[in-house]
Amino acid sequence: MKSNHASRRRLLQGMAGAAALVALPRAAYAADPVKIGLILPMTGPFASTGKQISAACRLYLQRNGDTVAGRKVELILKDDTGLAPETTKRIAQELVVQDKVTVLAGFGLTPLAFAAAPVATEAKVPMIVMAAGTQVIPQRSPFIVRTGFTLPQTTSPIAGWAAKNRIKRVFTLVTDYAPGLDAEKTFHGKFKELGGEIVESVRTPLRNPDYGPFLQRAKDSKADALFVFVPSGEGLAVMKQFDERGLKQAGMKMIGPGDVVDDDLLESMGASAAGIITSFHYSAAHESPENRAYVDAMTKANPGMRPNFHSVGGWDGMHVIYEALRKAPNGTGEQLVEAMKGMKWTSPRGPMMIDPATRDVVQTIYLREVKIVNGQPWNIEFDKVENVGPGGV
Amino acid sequence: MIGNLAGVLFDGIAYGSLLFVISIGLSVTMGLMNFVNLAHGAFAMVGGYACVVLMSRAGVPFLATLPVAFVVAAAFGIVLERTLYQRLYKATHLDQVMFSIGLVFMAVAATTYAFGPSQQPVRLPDVLRGQVEVAGVGLGAYRLFLVGVVAVITVALHLFITRTRFGAQVRAAVDNAVAAAGLGINVNRVFGVTFALGSGLAGLGGGLGIDVLGLDPTFPLKYMVYFLLVVAIGGAGTIKGGLVAAMVLGICDVAGKYYVPQIGSFIIYFLMVALMIAFPAGLYGRRA
Repeated sequence: MKSNHASRRRLLQGMAGAAALVALPRAAYAADPVKIGLILPMTGPFASTGKQISAACRLYLQRNGDTVAGRKVELILKDDTGLAPETTKRIAQELVVQDKVTVLAGFGLTPLAFAAAPVATEAKVPMIVMAAGTQVIPQRSPFIVRTGFTLPQTTSPIAGWAAKNRIKRVFTLVTDYAPGLDAEKTFHGKFKELGGEIVESVRTPLRNPDYGPFLQRAKDSKADALFVFVPSGEGLAVMKQFDERGLKQAGMKMIGPGDVVDDDLLESMGASAAGIITSFHYSAAHESPENRAYVDAMTKANPGMRPNFHSVGGWDGMHVIYEALRKAPNGTGEQLVEAMKGMKWTSPRGPMMIDPATRDVVQTIYLREVKIVNGQPWNIEFDKVENVGPGGV
Repeated sequence: MIGNLAGVLFDGIAYGSLLFVISIGLSVTMGLMNFVNLAHGAFAMVGGYACVVLMSRAGVPFLATLPVAFVVAAAFGIVLERTLYQRLYKATHLDQVMFSIGLVFMAVAATTYAFGPSQQPVRLPDVLRGQVEVAGVGLGAYRLFLVGVVAVITVALHLFITRTRFGAQVRAAVDNAVAAAGLGINVNRVFGVTFALGSGLAGLGGGLGIDVLGLDPTFPLKYMVYFLLVVAIGGAGTIKGGLVAAMVLGICDVAGKYYVPQIGSFIIYFLMVALMIAFPAGLYGRRA
């Protein structure tokens, strides 16, 4: 009957109003969760990068709790396959618009970071580059902060070491993309400055590289040493050819930045990797209490995986995000980036700092040799250069 | 650098042999069944992973895993042919392409799920490692082995196709399937057995190629172009065509990367364009 309908409606309206009143204060007090959009290559040829970084980020969350400055931290992991910058850009856009992330992070390769940079600028969201290594990346957006490394930074010290250690003629081999060109330019510049001679330089394609003919050419050049830069994950294929064609027996040394003796792959390379000298910012064999704890925890949480240099990029990226949130708990993108500038701390790799002017990483670069310890190859550090900036000086 | 021409040629022949062993199955089935099978690389991948599983889980020595790779891939071939491929023999080429591409993606995803996305290592027996000095040129021991195995397979295939009754049936069905059926040849059985044989050879090639081409879940996509190049340039349905095309491609690819590293990787594509213009049906092709 009509009166029943009217009174029921009145009752329901009253209940709805009461519910809204009760809910309102709670909604106003609940702090927004911190969503970290992690864009990584989890499949494809660079999947090991994604695996390492995501494992390190998850471990950091586990060890430091999932609440920071009263806000809950949430990791949203997306796979961009590492091969298509358009995919990375689309994923970054989706994360920013649909998931409303507080921070974008990850970026396994330079072209992917370049693609996502305009998204970060437009959305005013900090973008933590944990892996990609070309020097100019932070210049692509004022919101980019890098916690990984740059190629000039890791290449310059090996050029210095080679010049001082009776290596006069070098054949260089790099992968043909931005970090490879960075490495090539840095090495050529520094090595020639110190009196060395570059016998020849070749560039291999980024996709489907076949190292056989290039390494054969290197062997025939009879240089003193072979300088190699390939992205993380490709080292195994290079070593196979280096071994098979007898370059070591022919007296050629292998040098370069540490990417070719990536800790992730070093175990499968076995004894053939012994004697390779590299300069790099991280070795799983680094002797420090922080690193020993880090390596132990990573190996326990991910059996069969040795943490590599990409993983510390992820670990320190999380550290930088947490610390910035502690300084500016509800800060905007710009305020968070400001908080990150000038941060100094001891990472599992050693001491490091975010340079306020470039928003890039300044750290110690170690000289290491691959040695067999307890039947397994490790990168054993024998020297270091401190406070190396992103430009290699 | 010219001095190493022998070494480069040898490397090219070894690479070409590997391409041949994997692609020959595709060439024959494309010529025989007029079926565009882009998933052929997936059978090679199956063979490769069979080797890896046997080596790492059961400790079987590498050489003993190769026949198993052949059998496993052939088994996959038979099953898929009887259940899926058979339905599409009369379909348009586009439908066949869509189907086989779908199969490729499924294979890639399933393999990534089962084995992870990284490269699989292979433990070669010591006798196959390092280099061997032959007439003053250092030749890779494993590549010598590859060339040897493929030479044996080629001879066996040739004898099979030309000297056996089944081989005659295959040749008849390639020439004209309708006439062959009219003569009482069970064309369906010929298709099935040939498909299995081709897939088995692909699987064997996949196992042999782990050390040279690498093995990861994206293998069928990475090398699809190479297999199709061998078939297109050599002509579908012929063994001689496949052999010549594979050798030409292998040698030009390796020589290109050695002598002109800046554009080395593009040389085979220039070659493909030139050869396709000169020989539209392939070097030894029959179908227009």
